[in-house]
Amino acid sequence: MTQYAVLLYADKGDISPDLNGAEYEEHARHSVKLQEGGTMIAAFALESYETATSIRTSGITDGPFIEAKEVVLGFYVIEEPDLDAALATARRNPIIKQGGGVEVRPVEGFFVRSTS
Amino acid sequence: MTEDEARLAVADAHRSEWTRVVAATLRAVRDLDVAEEAVQDAFTEALTSWVRDGVPKNPGAWLTTAAKRRAIDLIRRATTYRAKVQLLVEPDSFLDEDPPEMPRKVQVEKELVGDDTLRLIFMCCHPSLSADAQMALTLRLVCGMDTVDIARCFLVSQTTMAARLTRAKKKIAIARIPFIVPRGPDVPARLDAVLGVIYLLFTMGHTAPSGETLVRNEVVVEAIRLARLLHEMAPSEREVAGLLALVLVNDARRESRLDVDGRALRISEQDRSLWDHEKIYEASGLVATSGRAEPPGRYCLQAGIALLHTTAPTYADVDWSKIVRLYDELLRIWPSPVVELNRAVALSNISGSEVALEVIESLESDGRLDRYHYLPAAKAYLLDQLGRGEEAETARARAYELADNEIERKFISERVHGS
Repeated sequence: MTQYAVLLYADKGDISPDLNGAEYEEHARHSVKLQEGGTMIAAFALESYETATSIRTSGITDGPFIEAKEVVLGFYVIEEPDLDAALATARRNPIIKQGGGVEVRPVEGFFVRSTS
Repeated sequence: MTEDEARLAVADAHRSEWTRVVAATLRAVRDLDVAEEAVQDAFTEALTSWVRDGVPKNPGAWLTTAAKRRAIDLIRRATTYRAKVQLLVEPDSFLDEDPPEMPRKVQVEKELVGDDTLRLIFMCCHPSLSADAQMALTLRLVCGMDTVDIARCFLVSQTTMAARLTRAKKKIAIARIPFIVPRGPDVPARLDAVLGVIYLLFTMGHTAPSGETLVRNEVVVEAIRLARLLHEMAPSEREVAGLLALVLVNDARRESRLDVDGRALRISEQDRSLWDHEKIYEASGLVATSGRAEPPGRYCLQAGIALLHTTAPTYADVDWSKIVRLYDELLRIWPSPVVELNRAVALSNISGSEVALEVIESLESDGRLDRYHYLPAAKAYLLDQLGRGEEAETARARAYELADNEIERKFISERVHGS
């Protein structure tokens, strides 16, 4: 099995203010499905890009690291046998029909501290 | 067996068996770099072994066995190394039916969609690879072309091409692009690239881009076999039927393309009784059912054009206005300068050489076909028709300079003054 990160992207204009109720619902349902299906092993939904702060050698700036129309909304990690299977899972993410998209990228390794 | 004979046999096997050996080895080890290295080693081993023992009855099977054995050897060594650095290697990802103690999982998969070459092509054409990478990988792994030659095709340096290939292979390995023929709803979207590759393979065999023979039969046969396999797999896909028709009708003329002395002949000079009418008949049937789509696809249209050439009883009977109409349709869905060039040549039969020459000259000035030897060759032909021998001579010299294939070069040089 290979682990793939699925990064969710959307246009700044489309997500500000936050996803509306019905769209948010869809994501919640999708997440439950992935949890129950067992392919998802970790997931992180991020707060609005407007709350981000970036750091470079030149100092600290307000906002996302890369100036772009699209921003990252969050990401999750799935375990799949190959890229086709990973793409088939990622393709069902509601963000795609909501006007955004996802990036699928193999995970080299990760660490999560086990909480007791 | 002398060394020269063995060398010749190995070169032959390289042309005809490369793809199948790579594909079979890759199924055994699932690691492109290892598979490639192992196949290379197998061919090297063949050189010494065949001098000693003679050429085996089935060179392809010999090479496949040698390559697989070598590959498993390479993997075992890598596995020991990786185990030391504590990297995870899934044991059943590089196994095959050969060693009896290994799992049979791969075999089951093989029976599902069993063709290794088709798997290799689908892998090289995976939509997660850029179009350039797809083509380069295909040329390397499916067509067995050297990195140097591929670099030349793409007009980039050898280092750039080597880096591009390495990057693509790395992505296949790390992102785990599967070595399978996809099934279900994914197939139609992925067919385009695959059809392109099979057609490229056919074209490479039909007019070998370089070397001393015009046709590499084994490559042509392989391309037709793959098109047929794909058609069986997806019978309702019209473009698959179109591609099969196209390769069949083009191959139907194989026996007539050279005269007894091995000179290339124009279609107007070819002996029509030598054409394979069974293939032409089959192609007609395929186009009749698949060409009715609205609008017909690229391969259906190309097959339709080729059929208008081959089903006319004599060259004088060819329906040029219908051909030009099909070229117009083709240009709408596939605006390629090569299509424009072919249309211009067809047009010369209706509107005269002058009109066609104008089209060709405007194509020439836009520069996209700078390296394409058929352009100056067609230009020379039209200039001859117009009695402008000296200009024709210049164009022919240019065509000669651009052509890499010896027989095509002879064709051009022997047509001095439109003989």
